[in-house]
Amino acid sequence: MTKRQGRMMWIGALLAGIALAAALGFTALRKNMMYFYTPSDLVAQTAPKHARLRLGGLVERGSVKRGDGLLINFTLADCAQKVQVRYEGILPDLFREGQGIVATGMVADDGSFRADEVLAKHDENYMPPELASSLKTVDGKHSCAPFKSVNGNVASAGVVE
Amino acid sequence: MWTWFHRLASPPTFYRLADRFSPWLAVIAALLIGYGLVGGLVLAPADYQQGDAFRIIYVHVPAAWLSLSGYVAMAAAAVVAIIWRIKLAECVVVAIAPVGASFTAMALVTGMLWGKPMWGAYWVWDARLTAELVLLFLYLGVIGLNQAFEDPRAGARACGLLALVGVVNVPIVHYSVEWWNSLHQGPTISRIGKPSIVPAMLWPLLAMTFGCMAFFAWAVLQRVQNELLIRERRSAWVRNWRLEREAAGNV
Repeated sequence: MTKRQGRMMWIGALLAGIALAAALGFTALRKNMMYFYTPSDLVAQTAPKHARLRLGGLVERGSVKRGDGLLINFTLADCAQKVQVRYEGILPDLFREGQGIVATGMVADDGSFRADEVLAKHDENYMPPELASSLKTVDGKHSCAPFKSVNGNVASAGVVE
Repeated sequence: MWTWFHRLASPPTFYRLADRFSPWLAVIAALLIGYGLVGGLVLAPADYQQGDAFRIIYVHVPAAWLSLSGYVAMAAAAVVAIIWRIKLAECVVVAIAPVGASFTAMALVTGMLWGKPMWGAYWVWDARLTAELVLLFLYLGVIGLNQAFEDPRAGARACGLLALVGVVNVPIVHYSVEWWNSLHQGPTISRIGKPSIVPAMLWPLLAMTFGCMAFFAWAVLQRVQNELLIRERRSAWVRNWRLEREAAGNV
């Protein structure tokens, strides 16, 4: 084996080792890489209780009810489950029914979610308004697929109203 | 084939070749970026949800793509530098780092500026954003490591090693939005399936991407040329190069 071949082997082994370590590490730590829990996780009670956590999903159509001042109630859904959310504060411009959002807060005793921060999660579709209004399927029908359950609870890919 | 490869890798040949190609790259970059900016900022329609704010993608997306492909190019040069000990490849590793770091910083800054009005936050620690920040630190690490060495060849080897180890981060940045939950949206343009963007918005984006690629290549070539001159300053070809320029009254 020449010196050059030796270096090739050495680099190959180094890259394979790093790839393997990364793959194992990230598989083991998958839960920690998740930015938010989904309604499925909350309903299955696999999300931590009495701890601040983030909850991501689509704002269900027709579920938004505004109360006094900045108070707002709505239902957050992924592909399988839904959770009631209560929030008091300023909403991002992109907040609307059918939109994906990520709320930070705690699960209340009655199983609903008390949020103290709401961020909008935009999806990957870009189009002019004329096209969006002609395509009835798009506005308010965002895909629930990006909301992946942290603990692998049931969540089939699809579209919720 | 191999003789051609070796000739190309010889510093004087490459220097002259870079001199010949650089202006073309600059022209291509200027034309494509010019069209992309007008097409993206003026001609393309506003988005149905984000309005005019979506136009940040014409800078953000090319910057983010190049931050990744630039890193892959740097790692590829590092492999050549470590295995074949080719001086030119060492220069390429060192030359890509600052350009790549600038593009990474641009992707991060434009993303933050967009994130505040759209998401409601400048920064969140989701997988995509964190991995891109790590990418910036890797680039900065290569720059710093290179400057820490007195012997440029030893420095380039250390940089190459760091670039290689860091390459594992590239697929993590790319697939973070698919493997894990993130606030960052998924890919609009992927190899499989139709892009989820209308053609009037897509064309300027592609023009910006290829324009930025040409600019990236141009900037790297300039740096490689400088690096070659500095590293080879005692060699005959650099002395001749200087004499030629002095004779032409160019110094």
